[in-house]
Amino acid sequence: MASATEPPQQSGWLEERLGLASIRAFLAHKTVPVHAHTVWYYFGGITLFLFVIQVLTGTLLLLYYRPSPAEAYESVQFIMTRVQFGWLVRSIHSWSANLMILSAFIHMFSVVFLRAFRRPRELTWLSGIGLLGLALAFGFSGYLLPWNTISYFATKVGTDMAAAVPVIGHSLARFLRGGNDVGGATLTRFFGFHVAVLPGITTLLLLAHLALVQKHGMSSPQWAVDQYSRKGQPVPQMLFFPNFFLRELMAWYAALGVLGSLAAIFPWELGVKADPFAPAPAGIRPEWYFLAPFYTLKLIPSHVWVFEGELVGLLGFGLLALWWVALPFWAVNRQGVERTRWVTGAGVALVAYLATFSALGYWR
Amino acid sequence: MRYGVLAFLLAVPLTAADSCVECHSVLEGKLQAPAKAFANDIHARFGFSCADCHGGNRNETDPEAAMSKARGFVGKIPRTAVPERCAHCHSNASLMEKYKPRQRVDQMAQYRTSVHGKRLASGDVKVATCIDCHSVHDIREVKDPLSPVHPLRLPETCARCHADAAHMAGYKIPTDQFASYRKSVHWQALAKRGDLSAPSCASCHGNHGAQPPELESVAAVCGTCHVMMEDLYKKSPHQPVFAAMGAGGCVVCHSNHEIRPPNVGMLAGPNAVCSQCHDATSAGGIAAADMAQQITTLDKALERSDQILANAQQSGMEVSEALLRQREGRENLVKAAVAVHAFRTAAVQKPVKEGLAIAAETYQAGVSALKERRTRRQGLSVSLIAIAITMLGLWLAIRTIEGRNTQTSQLRGR
Amino acid sequence: MYEEKFRAKFHWIQSFGTRLAEPSTIMDGPRRNLLRWLLGGGLSASLISFLYPAFKFMNPPDIPEASVNEVSAGKVQDLKPNTGKIVKFGSLPVMLVRTTETEWRAFSAVCTHLNCTVQYKESSHQIWCACHNGLYNLNGQVVSGPPPHPLEPYSVHIRGDEVVISRRA
Repeated sequence: MASATEPPQQSGWLEERLGLASIRAFLAHKTVPVHAHTVWYYFGGITLFLFVIQVLTGTLLLLYYRPSPAEAYESVQFIMTRVQFGWLVRSIHSWSANLMILSAFIHMFSVVFLRAFRRPRELTWLSGIGLLGLALAFGFSGYLLPWNTISYFATKVGTDMAAAVPVIGHSLARFLRGGNDVGGATLTRFFGFHVAVLPGITTLLLLAHLALVQKHGMSSPQWAVDQYSRKGQPVPQMLFFPNFFLRELMAWYAALGVLGSLAAIFPWELGVKADPFAPAPAGIRPEWYFLAPFYTLKLIPSHVWVFEGELVGLLGFGLLALWWVALPFWAVNRQGVERTRWVTGAGVALVAYLATFSALGYWR
Repeated sequence: MRYGVLAFLLAVPLTAADSCVECHSVLEGKLQAPAKAFANDIHARFGFSCADCHGGNRNETDPEAAMSKARGFVGKIPRTAVPERCAHCHSNASLMEKYKPRQRVDQMAQYRTSVHGKRLASGDVKVATCIDCHSVHDIREVKDPLSPVHPLRLPETCARCHADAAHMAGYKIPTDQFASYRKSVHWQALAKRGDLSAPSCASCHGNHGAQPPELESVAAVCGTCHVMMEDLYKKSPHQPVFAAMGAGGCVVCHSNHEIRPPNVGMLAGPNAVCSQCHDATSAGGIAAADMAQQITTLDKALERSDQILANAQQSGMEVSEALLRQREGRENLVKAAVAVHAFRTAAVQKPVKEGLAIAAETYQAGVSALKERRTRRQGLSVSLIAIAITMLGLWLAIRTIEGRNTQTSQLRGR
Repeated sequence: MYEEKFRAKFHWIQSFGTRLAEPSTIMDGPRRNLLRWLLGGGLSASLISFLYPAFKFMNPPDIPEASVNEVSAGKVQDLKPNTGKIVKFGSLPVMLVRTTETEWRAFSAVCTHLNCTVQYKESSHQIWCACHNGLYNLNGQVVSGPPPHPLEPYSVHIRGDEVVISRRA
């Protein structure tokens, strides 16, 4: 990539101080495999892009938001009504949160179906699962901040679930709530998590995840490798810069268009200010990304044999999560042969479960 | 001092025996029931015993001695003697002061003036006495929700007799009052919303001195709560006319028991009340039609604003100030309905005019909100066009770099 | 200021676009220009459409904060002793009463019976609800009538010659 149009002294000055040549050389060699399913490779970048949008819009919101029960709702109302383009920033923040989590799930499932978790990328998988967990934590903590009826009761239900965990449940719920009940202390605490703790941890984990991805390069699924090796060729690649990147820019721009449209046409609602003393409204339910476990817990009878239904449900989820996190490790047997059918089956089953139960949770 | 006496008296049941209750609790059927019920009675809580009403001696375990006529044992008290028996204590001011200083002591005096009291005095035992309303043996305080005379249960208690056609045969009054009352706005407030201040039978008819209000005093009775209406009605042309006709004021239009939520249909339309007396061409008829039309106009204007504001709010626009103004507009609608009771169009005109001004204001707010929505969407289109151009440019750049044959030029190298 | 930024950005983007296109052997003159304009123009326009709202957002609005907990109720001279007026507090009405020269009281003006707006009765120094004849005293407590609860009190402070109503902590 010649830089004939750049004034020579500029690049030399930076080059001397930052030594970017090695990075440029590395990036110039980064490639992305080209096969029938290349489209899924964009979703990691989209998730990252949406996260950056969250950070930017979140920082803007920080200029006006106040994290106390007396002022939180009113400050959000102020942003929506009095601050110029406040409605836009807030709605983009709320919509982008949802799109980011959706994108993260798509990214995870595409990794499963394209087997990108295989050795030596197990740590990438683990850090990715960690990031998904962080994204959900962002969603859960952020949801309370507008302090409207839905936020308040969704948080109450959510932290009640935490309390049902055996042994540590009570302490865990107290830690989350900042007390015995959801209240001002919870709001302050969630705000702290949302703008400081979680971003800090996410930055570290994200850097690790990206570094690992750069180190190992982009993986190709086994069937693609086999398909091309039969022809005596390696899997075709495209350069990351500029080919893949230009395409990714298009995807990011498309995402921006979608976000803008959603914000303008379906603005995020303000709701009604939370009243802790009012009874919970009928049909309270969490955001869509928590609907599947929520609905599952609703279906479980209050007692299964001698155990409390909720406990059984939570333990079930815990085991499922552990099994899923350990995917790269049980995906291959002792001889190193991949358990293809198991992995595909597990992926399909999980997608089906999440999709079905989320839909049921939404419509019931 | 008072509390000392109270404490002593409260301590009495713990120490003094009540042989009546002790013996009767182990009997069966009708002899056992009163003893069992008495545990819930407020008189028991204050240390009274069966003997305090029925006579006899509570300290004697021997039935002959306990229920001796010499000690004043009366047994079952005849219905005609019940009020006096209760009044023996309840009309004794100095006695009542020892237990409940603020409680009234004129119930008996009131009862004597009531229809029930007068009929009982002439020997009619079918009428209500103290125990029919307050229950007997398990008498609870009025504020106790289980008491038959608790505000929420009072209408059913009256209805026990007054809605029973068989019981009321021979008296010349209808038995549909409770059924009618249940359709009323007051019953809604009482039974559905639990509003204890809502009127029921005793609120208008009195409790101990129960009798229907005189025709001239109906407006005053309603006016205890509906002050504004009574005020206007008294100064209106209807008052002297209704008085002369011997018609019962508010009842003429609003009925007595089945008081429905008022609406503009009472002024004009097929079920109008006004047209029952007023010809359409008469001054009254014209006034009624005019008032109805004004109120309808205001109602429609407010609804129009409601709709546009709801539309704006649905699309995420902020209209809370306008919605607050709408509240004021609706208050004007209420004021207009109240003003009807002056039975002059000018009186209704004033609140309607103010209300229409508010409705116009809020409608404008809705229009601006929708305009702002349009502006936002225009801004969105501009940015979408910019995005589309960029995407087109990116796509072209890709195509240019990779040439027409994207398959080969995508690959390693250009 | 925006113009300068625009120019600088545009120039850089133009050169970026050109650099992207340069190594290709199949670039021809007009096409290259079209690409430069499309990409450059599109990128700048879209970036402006993102940055413009962001900068506008950061600019504080005329009313710098939501008047949640505090509302100005006019000047001291505006209300005579033994009079009351309704003031908007957030989304609900508040009744401000000046009882004497120096004493001010404020209560929620929403009657606790059926939510009508109350009024001040100078003749009896009481707060009255016209709907069903509910009466409150100047402590907000129910004196007579159907209201089940007292009126919520608010605090009143005088700052200079301005009357300020605020929520009780």
